[in-house]
Amino acid sequence: MARRRKPKLAVWKFASCDGCQLTLLDCEDELLALAGEVEIAYFLEASRAVVRGPYDLSLVEGSISTPEQVEQIREIRRQSRFLVTIGACATAGGIQALRNFADVRGFLDLVYARPEYVRTLEKSLPASAYVPVDFELRGCPIGKGPLLELLSAFLNGRRPNIPNHSVCIECKRRGIVCVMVAQGTPCLGPVTHAGCGALCPAYRRGCYGCFGPMETPNPTSLGNWLLTHGMSSPDLVRLFRTFNTYAPAFKEAGERYAEAADVDRAR
Amino acid sequence: MQKPRTLTVRVDPLTRVEGEGALHVRVRNGQVHELRLEIYEPPRFFEAFLRGRRFEEAPDITARICGICPVAYQMSACNAIESLLGFSATGPLRDLRLLLYYGEWIESHALHVFFLHLPDFLGYDSALHMARDHPEWVQKGLQIKKAGNALLARIGGREIHPINVRIGGFYSVPSRKALLEHREELARARDFMVEALRWMATLEFPDFEEDYEFVALYHPEEYAILDGQIRSSKGILVSVSGFEEVFEEFQVPYSHALHSIIRGRGSYMVGPLARFNLNFSQLAPVAREVAVSLDLTPPVRNPFRSLLVRGIEVVHACEEALRLIERYEPPHRPWEPVEVRPGIGHGASEAPRGLLYHRYRINPEGLIEEAKIVPPTSQNQRRIEDDLRKLVPRLLSLPKDQITWRCEHAIRNYDPCISCATHFLRLEIDLE
Repeated sequence: MARRRKPKLAVWKFASCDGCQLTLLDCEDELLALAGEVEIAYFLEASRAVVRGPYDLSLVEGSISTPEQVEQIREIRRQSRFLVTIGACATAGGIQALRNFADVRGFLDLVYARPEYVRTLEKSLPASAYVPVDFELRGCPIGKGPLLELLSAFLNGRRPNIPNHSVCIECKRRGIVCVMVAQGTPCLGPVTHAGCGALCPAYRRGCYGCFGPMETPNPTSLGNWLLTHGMSSPDLVRLFRTFNTYAPAFKEAGERYAEAADVDRAR
Repeated sequence: MQKPRTLTVRVDPLTRVEGEGALHVRVRNGQVHELRLEIYEPPRFFEAFLRGRRFEEAPDITARICGICPVAYQMSACNAIESLLGFSATGPLRDLRLLLYYGEWIESHALHVFFLHLPDFLGYDSALHMARDHPEWVQKGLQIKKAGNALLARIGGREIHPINVRIGGFYSVPSRKALLEHREELARARDFMVEALRWMATLEFPDFEEDYEFVALYHPEEYAILDGQIRSSKGILVSVSGFEEVFEEFQVPYSHALHSIIRGRGSYMVGPLARFNLNFSQLAPVAREVAVSLDLTPPVRNPFRSLLVRGIEVVHACEEALRLIERYEPPHRPWEPVEVRPGIGHGASEAPRGLLYHRYRINPEGLIEEAKIVPPTSQNQRRIEDDLRKLVPRLLSLPKDQITWRCEHAIRNYDPCISCATHFLRLEIDLE
């Protein structure tokens, strides 16, 4: 049975490294098949041909960090049936949200000789700060598997089957020896959203939280445990403040331990 | 209405590049009056928020500047910090870093050659459009890219933002058997690339040459990628720590990416053409033979021919990767311990797009006090403008849409990464 028309896919970019949209081009075995199923209507990294909206599915990469981008994300929402954020920048503000804890003017002065030439917002925020988002794909970067699952689910009109438990569960399923128990290596696995397949522990490294907080995490329990096992509070603050620094659970944990570190310093 | 005195061409956007920007050209009486490559990719302030981070975090954090060439950032960061700490990777650890980097070169070059650049030569909007008429080449391009990505993921853990690199080495290292599994795929990628090059060499290349000053790393024993001294085609030879004495960065009102010039001289070119012209004799024999058979020998001064030079670099990367895999035995331990030492560290490596320089100042506690990063695309920005200034007057007899496409093509010669320094290159031409 022939479909009346192929659904229109758009890929958008805001403040980001391009890595999450590159994940689509990295689907070397699936890309041409996908191009047969959807009309790639807007994907500037891949094509100069642009088809006007509305779009059936918009994939949004990058955080909202300039006044123009606020207008643009609102227009994209108006033009899109489904809007899905791809990656830590669009979902949580990205590493560039580290500026949210500082004075952006100070940052401008550090990087640019003439800061007045540069237009930027005080905060780097996720798309959901400005518009309703239908689904969020986690990761810095997103994984190929979850991206293909999302696209299959969209094409088949069902909900994506993407687990929201912790990296720990993935790690146990793979039978990897726990790096925290066996090596004493600090690991964010107990509070981090699954999706990478417990990549870092598989390489004998502690998880550093690329996929952001899992559903209902307990970062205080993990943080206190790390403190009692010798981690300094500034190091703990840095551990929560990376690529998902402005995701609520990590943001709160970072702030709590930053306050504690300040109190320590004042003593 | 037949001959309007003022004509504005506005093409929104310039595409098949990585990042956001625009080109503004104003032509009066056949002369380029004003030309600006405007990069308005929003600033992300890496150099600011690196302050106060631990030195161990620099490779993972700076990788996030670019999803296309994260390994380049990790390697330049490691070089800078390790040079300060008195560590230098040798033996299998160094080979593994080279292998990781070759994986990225193969992946990034294959993406640019087949997906971003080639459609310009054949008149397609994208590789996906091209795939309808040339499915075999698009498939082979994807297979080459996949071979690079597979090697990268094997050593780095994943293709984008690899997790396995650390100061002093790696978190864990692959077995010999694991690497041997890549031989067949890499050999096939090399053969596909040679075959593709023989066809690509028959394409029509615009007749355009410039007297560039080429700048690239030079290593006495290899076609430099991981480290070396900085050399130019007009006499510069300095160690990486001398970078800022020779090159100067400055801000222009219309770009968020700083411009670079050679002090007292002007624009220069980094990237595949620069490396090929400066270090040709060090290419793997097969890569050199293929180049010669295609009549591609230094100096190549036509930037459009960078399509072929990237292909030659893919052949080289596959060959070298195969050679390193053959001799690989895992190191005794995956990393060597390092001790904090305060001071300033400089590091550079050859990203797919060219020279990538990092400098860090680290305090006695191991915290970064100052960071400076000079990516290849910001160094090439001024050179891109210079090329367009020469090119545009020759195009004025063409229809507007052709002028636009040729300008885009000329910009893509540089494989600009505007995330490193754009996705939204808007082209605006004012003809008076």
